[in-house]
Amino acid sequence: MSAKKETLGKTVGVVVAVCLVCSIIVSSAAVGLRDLQETNAAIDKQSNIVEAAGLIDFAAGDISGTFNKYIEERFINLETGEYVDEPKDGYDMYKEAKNPKFSVEVANSNVGFKQRASIANIYLVKDDAGKVTRLVLPVHGSGLWDLMYGLLAIDADGNTVRELIYYQHKETPGLGGEIQNPSWKAKWDGKKLFNDGKVAIEVNKGDNSNDQYAVDALSGATLTSNGVQNTLTYWASENGFGPYLKTQTWKS
Amino acid sequence: MAEIKEMKQVLFGPVLNNNPIALQVLGVCSALAITTKLETALVMSLALTTVCAFSNLFISLIRKQIPSSVRIIIQMTIIASLVIVVDQVLKAYSYEISKQLSVFVGLIITNCIVMGRAEAYAMKSPPFMSFLDGLGNGIGYSVVLIIIGTIKELFGFGTLLGFEILPLVQDGGWYQGNGLLILPFSSFFLIGGLIWVIRTIRPAQVEPKG
Repeated sequence: MSAKKETLGKTVGVVVAVCLVCSIIVSSAAVGLRDLQETNAAIDKQSNIVEAAGLIDFAAGDISGTFNKYIEERFINLETGEYVDEPKDGYDMYKEAKNPKFSVEVANSNVGFKQRASIANIYLVKDDAGKVTRLVLPVHGSGLWDLMYGLLAIDADGNTVRELIYYQHKETPGLGGEIQNPSWKAKWDGKKLFNDGKVAIEVNKGDNSNDQYAVDALSGATLTSNGVQNTLTYWASENGFGPYLKTQTWKS
Repeated sequence: MAEIKEMKQVLFGPVLNNNPIALQVLGVCSALAITTKLETALVMSLALTTVCAFSNLFISLIRKQIPSSVRIIIQMTIIASLVIVVDQVLKAYSYEISKQLSVFVGLIITNCIVMGRAEAYAMKSPPFMSFLDGLGNGIGYSVVLIIIGTIKELFGFGTLLGFEILPLVQDGGWYQGNGLLILPFSSFFLIGGLIWVIRTIRPAQVEPKG
């Protein structure tokens, strides 16, 4: 360590030079790879929706093609259940939940969040003839550790569950994390949300394979199971997609 | 050929004789957190080895210019830049895995192995040797991660790299997965056990008593 390199000018010079070089490298990496990253994020989202649509095997890797061909994104006003135009470009109900323009207070519910957006992004799954075969509805609610984000796919009757796919959660791996286990997900197929117009779906203990309104809770993950229950109860109710599911407007 | 011998020593020494995790007990937090699945352990190993090797190389290249009063900050700047580049590359080419690694790639910046090698070796050694040293320490870290990741995934989930090895009871097999091994803190026991084994083989690594 010679005294020479300790002059103030040189120290500042070296620091500035290093910072300059590093910032050029970092920003060129960020800018150069941005397109690829955005495509990845979009495909990731689409592949969750395609999975909920039950088309993942059919898609055979061509996620965007399948998505564009069979899935239509619509926007609904949750309060009235009616379709609305896209409120703004790239509208995302989770990002807008705290935007005063769209925010709605959530009261008297144990679903685990205080505000939600007034307009929801939903996805209609169509067959080759253009007839709606499934609805994919975004649901979220609190699990044990954090909010769990999922997609609920139901049949065109607005009642029969086909898939419940959680794509973002922080539950304990091996316990609550089993909400992503294929054998548990398969239990949802064919269950009914409503009985006589009332929300009837339950997650509880025991063998429920014959009960069309109940699904086995996850062993060792009571709080996660309760979270799933609360999430579905909320989103199927009048506060969630209830009004929309009553309109049955997708049939026309 | 003394030079080749020295190069070998620098490259492979950190694997067993001077392992950064087992002997120096550095970089343990990431080793605890991301070894639940072998795949994430592999990607993390690769990311850390890359960062460690190149940060050593670049720091060594400019070591004669770095004023000693701000050397740590300059090392951090270089390491942080490399980590961001690695993170961006992962997001672009391996999105699924980058989601699973989440914050831990960013935390390579604070990984003591990278910083420790930069300060202890790259600041006083020529570039090529520093590069080898970084590579060697990265490999040492990787070996531990891969061992722990293999044990945890095999006995926790009954799979390796996602392929079923021990069929689980839940899926109609015979193997009851070990729930403890799925949780991050089980790595404490495993790393502890590993250190024990290594120090039994190499008693020289045992700290002197008293």
